[in-house]
Amino acid sequence: MSDIKKFMFVNRKAPYGTIYALESLEVVLIAAAFEQDVSLAFMDDGVYQIKKGHQTKGIEVKGFEKTYGALEDYDVTKLYVDAESLAARGLTADDLTVPVEVMSRAELGKMMEEQDVLLSF
Amino acid sequence: MLNIVNKSPLERNALQSCIETGTGGAILLIEDGVYAVARGNSFEPTLKAAMGKFKVYALAPDLEARGIADRVMDGVTAVDYGGFVDLVAEYKSSQSWL
Amino acid sequence: MKFSILVNEGPYTHQASDSAYQFAKAVLAKGHEIFRIFFYHDGVNNATRLTTPPQDDRNIVNRWSKLGEEHKLDMVVCVAAAQRRGIVDDGEAKRNGKDATNLAAGFRISGLGQLIEAGIQSDRIVVFGD
Repeated sequence: MSDIKKFMFVNRKAPYGTIYALESLEVVLIAAAFEQDVSLAFMDDGVYQIKKGHQTKGIEVKGFEKTYGALEDYDVTKLYVDAESLAARGLTADDLTVPVEVMSRAELGKMMEEQDVLLSF
Repeated sequence: MLNIVNKSPLERNALQSCIETGTGGAILLIEDGVYAVARGNSFEPTLKAAMGKFKVYALAPDLEARGIADRVMDGVTAVDYGGFVDLVAEYKSSQSWL
Repeated sequence: MKFSILVNEGPYTHQASDSAYQFAKAVLAKGHEIFRIFFYHDGVNNATRLTTPPQDDRNIVNRWSKLGEEHKLDMVVCVAAAQRRGIVDDGEAKRNGKDATNLAAGFRISGLGQLIEAGIQSDRIVVFGD
């Protein structure tokens, strides 16, 4: 496989209520292993995926907050968050478990337009 | 980009987010997304306003299945599955707003 | 043009699988190539040969198998998602000590790398889900 493509994973769903966030993360790690140009976008309820302080003991579901923190080890550092989605949920970048780049919807839309492959789950 | 939306705008915000985020190109409404193009629905003004930025298509078999093929608002082009394929081919990338 | 398709939902509950099937047929009818169809999340349930829908309903699983056979399609079920949901072939049954298999004809179980490879190798990839 010679060429590198721009893969963006668009996360618009909250964690735990459905499995999409967890299984999306599993694909992200594989894409990184394939040495593709990987970025993640969080918007709408997807921003809750990286809200700090998940404690999942009570629901007996494996928590995966730490995995977002480990993305850096896989050279996945392009994490984009929609400012409007954060504000609509009373959150700021300080509430998030990883460093991200907060941007407007218009800026996020431009990023999306530059991608070769957009995967959503 | 081709934006594919499969949710009714009266139940979920997928179409709203798509319209606010997308830089242009086309929106194809499929499955329950086709309710967005039914004349007189409360999302109509928002979709009409977005037509300056996006070309809007709706999947005919999904319109027909839901009994709304005869009330598609002006400015929307109905396509069959072959037309869906052509749209995917026409745009460099596609995004499904699930 | 080379297409790939990602199916994120199982049969019957969501229309996603039906839409993906109709889209795949149209891709082939237009003379394009399908590099791969990848089944993920509950989409892996499209690959169980144990479904028995009512006679007057479509048989979604058989329909995939038939399309796959007719066009020599590469239909891949994600192994991690399949293990979670009980989709099993001979190899998986042996590895995990299961007493039965249920993978339908035309499907194969493999890793998520197959999805990324599909993204790399295909001109277009279209996602069907909920």
